[in-house]
Amino acid sequence: MAEPHLDAAYNLARWLTRDPQDAEDVVQEAYLRAFRFFDGFRGGDGRAWLLTIVRHTAYSWLKQNRPADLHVEYVEDETGLHLHAADDAPLHATDPQTLMLRQADGLRIEIALRRLAPEYREVLVLRELEDLSYKDVAQIAGIPIGTVMSRLSRGRRQLRRVLEQLEKTA
Amino acid sequence: MNPNCDEVRELLSAYADAELDLARTLSLESHLAVCAECTARLQRLRDFSRVLRERAPYHRMPAALKSRLPGLLDDDDGRAAAGPRQHGRGQILQWALPIAAALTLSVGLNLLIGSRRADGALVDEVVAGHVRSMMVAHLDDVASTDRHTVKPWFAGKLDYAPPVFDLAAHGFPLAGGRLDYLDHRAVAALDYRRGRHVINVFVWPAAGAESEAEPLTNSGYNIERWTVGGMRWWAISDLNAGELTSFAEQLRAAAIGAE
Ligand SMILES: [Zn+2]
Repeated sequence: MAEPHLDAAYNLARWLTRDPQDAEDVVQEAYLRAFRFFDGFRGGDGRAWLLTIVRHTAYSWLKQNRPADLHVEYVEDETGLHLHAADDAPLHATDPQTLMLRQADGLRIEIALRRLAPEYREVLVLRELEDLSYKDVAQIAGIPIGTVMSRLSRGRRQLRRVLEQLEKTA
Repeated sequence: MNPNCDEVRELLSAYADAELDLARTLSLESHLAVCAECTARLQRLRDFSRVLRERAPYHRMPAALKSRLPGLLDDDDGRAAAGPRQHGRGQILQWALPIAAALTLSVGLNLLIGSRRADGALVDEVVAGHVRSMMVAHLDDVASTDRHTVKPWFAGKLDYAPPVFDLAAHGFPLAGGRLDYLDHRAVAALDYRRGRHVINVFVWPAAGAESEAEPLTNSGYNIERWTVGGMRWWAISDLNAGELTSFAEQLRAAAIGAE
């Protein structure tokens, strides 16, 4: 199995479990499933194939060990502002996003991304970090392409909101 | 059609990813040409995406884990899966042992438990068939919700006529069918749906007494299997066990009704 695929497997497991040790458990289990159970890879996109198994394993693992993690919900409306009213506000002179972007270092992005519900976190990781097509993301996450589209759109808005909040409280 | 800003907003993210179909791309671009607000939003989306790609941490696999992975496969009983930490070891064993046990049984005890062995191997095949089907772009060779389209498609491709039932009224619409290979023979694979969940049903002729649906969980998938009308049926899905059981009952009832 190519090294980049293993990195991708670990990266996804790490973002879904949000813990380095748990990610190791998930990757080992996924590796066993992939190569012992399914008799290895049978053609096509090896990375998407492995990521599908990693994702499935991670969710099973969470269900069994930390079910509360599956219900992480970023509360987007606590201030009573509607999502699209707030974060898609037109550009103006003191654009908060410019400020937010300037301050968004890796650590802050990590904190923000960890706060999103797993279904938004995973599509963002697969698209932005793995640079996968919508078709591949749909296959891996087991959802229609239209759902990939709407989850990415919403996930990006949510992430931006969380980053803005982090920036305000910093 | 001239989309308004709200509609455009929903599509901008996919447009920025170059994942929008041509028709919507054209209509969106004609809007962007005259709307400064949406154009600015698009720019913000692109900036944001670039920042994420540049700065979000990418977690590469630790070298120690990388070197440990191939060893997992060497060990017969999965004990090599134990990592350096006890916590992990326990969890992995809990996961790996049923798999290892199934393999050991299927290899070592086949004389003692003939039929169980056969089913054990079949479970692997069914799970693999299901996973494979989820990996391809087109799940079905014949895509139709109409059983009068799906059923005739199998004629000439199989040496039997698979029973195809319409369960849409029970909330399990048919989506299509394809050929698969199980138990050393070509079989019919039918694709039913429950919401966004795919239920693969494999059906082929089998001798043996009629049986109730028997549930099973393997590799994170729920499975139901039964025999009715001289056919062996296996249904597998990531659907929850309760709903899959009710699906199996509906399908079984339909087959009994057709006898
Ligand atoms: Zn506009």
